[in-house]
Amino acid sequence: MMPVVLWTDALIFLLTAVVVIFVVYARSKPHLRMPWYRVFKGRIAAASVVVLLAFILVGLLDSLHFRLPLENNGNSEETHYSVEVLSTLDVLLGPIRTQVEKTYSAPFATHLFARETIELEDGTQVHDYPRLQFGGSHLTASGEDRGRDILLRSLLAIGETLLAGGILLFLTAALLGRRTGRRSREMLRAIVARNTVLPWRTILVTIASLLLLIFLTVNLASVYHVLGTDKVGQDVFYQTLKSIRTGLVIGTLTTLIMLPFAIFMGIIAGYAHGWIDDVVQYIYTTLNSIPGVLLIAASILMLQVYIANHPELFETTVERADIRLLFLCIILGITSWTGLCRMLRGESLKLRETEYIQAAVSFGVAHSKIITRHILPNVMHVVLITVVLDFSGLVLAEAVLSYVGVGVDPTMNSWGNMINSARLEMAREPVVWWSLFSAFLFMFVLVLAANLFSDAVRDAFDPRTRVR
Amino acid sequence: MLAYIVRRLLYAIPILIGVNLLTFYLFFVVNSPDDMARMHLGMKRVTPEAIEKWKASHGYDKPLLLNSEAEALNKVTDTIFFEKSLKLFVFDFGYSDDGRDISFDIGQRMMPSLAIAIPSLLIGLMLNITFALLMAFFRGTYIDISGVILCVVLMSISAMFYIIGGQYLLAKLFRLVPISGFDSGLDALKFLILPVVIGVVSGIGAGSRWYRTFFLEEAGKDYVRTARAKGLSESLVLFRHILRNALIPIVTGVVALLPLLFMGSLLLESFFAIPGLGSYTIDAINNQDFAIVRVMVFLGSVLYIIGLILVDITYTVVDPRVRLT
Repeated sequence: MMPVVLWTDALIFLLTAVVVIFVVYARSKPHLRMPWYRVFKGRIAAASVVVLLAFILVGLLDSLHFRLPLENNGNSEETHYSVEVLSTLDVLLGPIRTQVEKTYSAPFATHLFARETIELEDGTQVHDYPRLQFGGSHLTASGEDRGRDILLRSLLAIGETLLAGGILLFLTAALLGRRTGRRSREMLRAIVARNTVLPWRTILVTIASLLLLIFLTVNLASVYHVLGTDKVGQDVFYQTLKSIRTGLVIGTLTTLIMLPFAIFMGIIAGYAHGWIDDVVQYIYTTLNSIPGVLLIAASILMLQVYIANHPELFETTVERADIRLLFLCIILGITSWTGLCRMLRGESLKLRETEYIQAAVSFGVAHSKIITRHILPNVMHVVLITVVLDFSGLVLAEAVLSYVGVGVDPTMNSWGNMINSARLEMAREPVVWWSLFSAFLFMFVLVLAANLFSDAVRDAFDPRTRVR
Repeated sequence: MLAYIVRRLLYAIPILIGVNLLTFYLFFVVNSPDDMARMHLGMKRVTPEAIEKWKASHGYDKPLLLNSEAEALNKVTDTIFFEKSLKLFVFDFGYSDDGRDISFDIGQRMMPSLAIAIPSLLIGLMLNITFALLMAFFRGTYIDISGVILCVVLMSISAMFYIIGGQYLLAKLFRLVPISGFDSGLDALKFLILPVVIGVVSGIGAGSRWYRTFFLEEAGKDYVRTARAKGLSESLVLFRHILRNALIPIVTGVVALLPLLFMGSLLLESFFAIPGLGSYTIDAINNQDFAIVRVMVFLGSVLYIIGLILVDITYTVVDPRVRLT
């Protein structure tokens, strides 16, 4: 097995490490902990964080890439590796990835979507819907026992969820009880009666619903195509899961790539006044005045020309798609950092007139020190709110850009590509709706969770909305 | 006032030069005209002669910045930078890569774009203000809270879902309006209904929620408390005092958008096959027609800057406290 670290993988893990370090650090500082407490106290926010974490988990699993060795025929010493780059998620999903049907099939279908001429065993030919190769292949030939099979498997999933959820509930109660010095029995009652500081009941209910979904898919997705198959017979559920990573990468890396730049420029412009301010303002007005989609389109077109002229730089299609994704993040970042920069400029313009900074100046504290010690910590809430607020917009923008043809690489799994390739199928009779439906559904859940979470973050961190 | 506007217009020039240099760099320096020619003629097995011919027929066969072979002033003017970039300043857009007059196309396609953009803007504005006012009137109650949650749900849905869903539901299932297309004159009306409805609906969530914050911000101010203390009814306070003051940020926000309406809506126009500037841009991107993309970038930034200036002027009109110097 040869690990493959794509550019975006590296950045994602860097980001995860930074977040983990920040969490550990913030836990020890009361002034950093308090606003977060306020965020998690809200039931809606707590539930949306759980959903977001589930998405992030899938994204992280999908970011560990490697290439499997090819079968060695014994005629050469060195092992050759397959050009196919896999991720841990692919391994976990196992058969779903490889069980490819001929073409469209509806969710839970046992037969293909389109009629075909099938040759029967006795040599006669009929024009009928052929049986799927993998979907529901454990059923009888006619597929009549499908309903019963689905019901049994769902009941099994519910049972498993109840079991796992129960264990989780007791574990949480025991752990919380130990930390607060109460008996776990008492704690259990407090959780159920919603008598805890953090809304544990909501969190546990959300986790349980996610567990139910997971168990359902484990039981059903292995034998059915739970969300149908697409034009080339690929499982749609697999595609949507793979698209999660793309959405997350666009949503997070885009703002983070330009973040240091935006913070630096914004603070410098507000703090320094004079020609530096003019230059920074000029730069962001110029960038802002170019319509975003067109700048992205122009840059992506240029990248396409570049990639087409330098095919030798990229060993696998995944690497090529990854570079394009990263580049898309950078371009999106360039078009979207200006808003943050302008806000930071205004904020530090205000801060530099405050008394404590005037005092620091008169004490002869160096400018660099004033910026890092006094201004930066006081504008971080603006940065945080922007990062969280931008996320959902960027996830939605990816779909639009892929539709326009300047989004992620067409070979990459993304919701935009799914929508783009499936939208013409709405004209078919009967309608092929499942590809579109699953892409929109997953995107909607992610964006909704992100929006609800960002509202809570803004309410907790923005001093203007705090008391009212 | 006049001096201010003149100064702002002068300030726009360096910005437009910046935009121009940036696009010039992106389109001609990062990738040479040779790359472009190869892209257009198909990547493989392109003879150098074919590339030279393509470049000559599209005017890309000149030096980038300085023509050392030409004489005197032509040293500067007989270059790609002058021909393709500087001429944009006098709105000489030249020809697209497949030989059509860009200025003519833009003039043709402006009206369909506006036919969608203006009704969507006006209807959307009225609906958003109405909903925001309702939420502000019932602030703190369950109506307000569920309204805000509904707004968040609405704005979490992809715009493409609204379009595809609307097309399917209203046009295909109920057959109320044609799915897509366009016609000249009054016949266009039936083609416009669906895009306008979808344009309005997809903007309601974000718009109402945003406007609601304006109303709530005004509602917390001292003059509102004074008005209430005088014994004015709540609806009078809302319409006479809060609405009028909250309209300042709303109106200026809309004014900033006005010039950009010309650019049309990328998604709506391409989904509904409306021959406006939005679909023009998308087609250019898909056909890799760099000449059109370049013109649209320039046009977009001109319109953006006009929007900025208009905002400043509107401020002085709607808010007498603001004086431009």
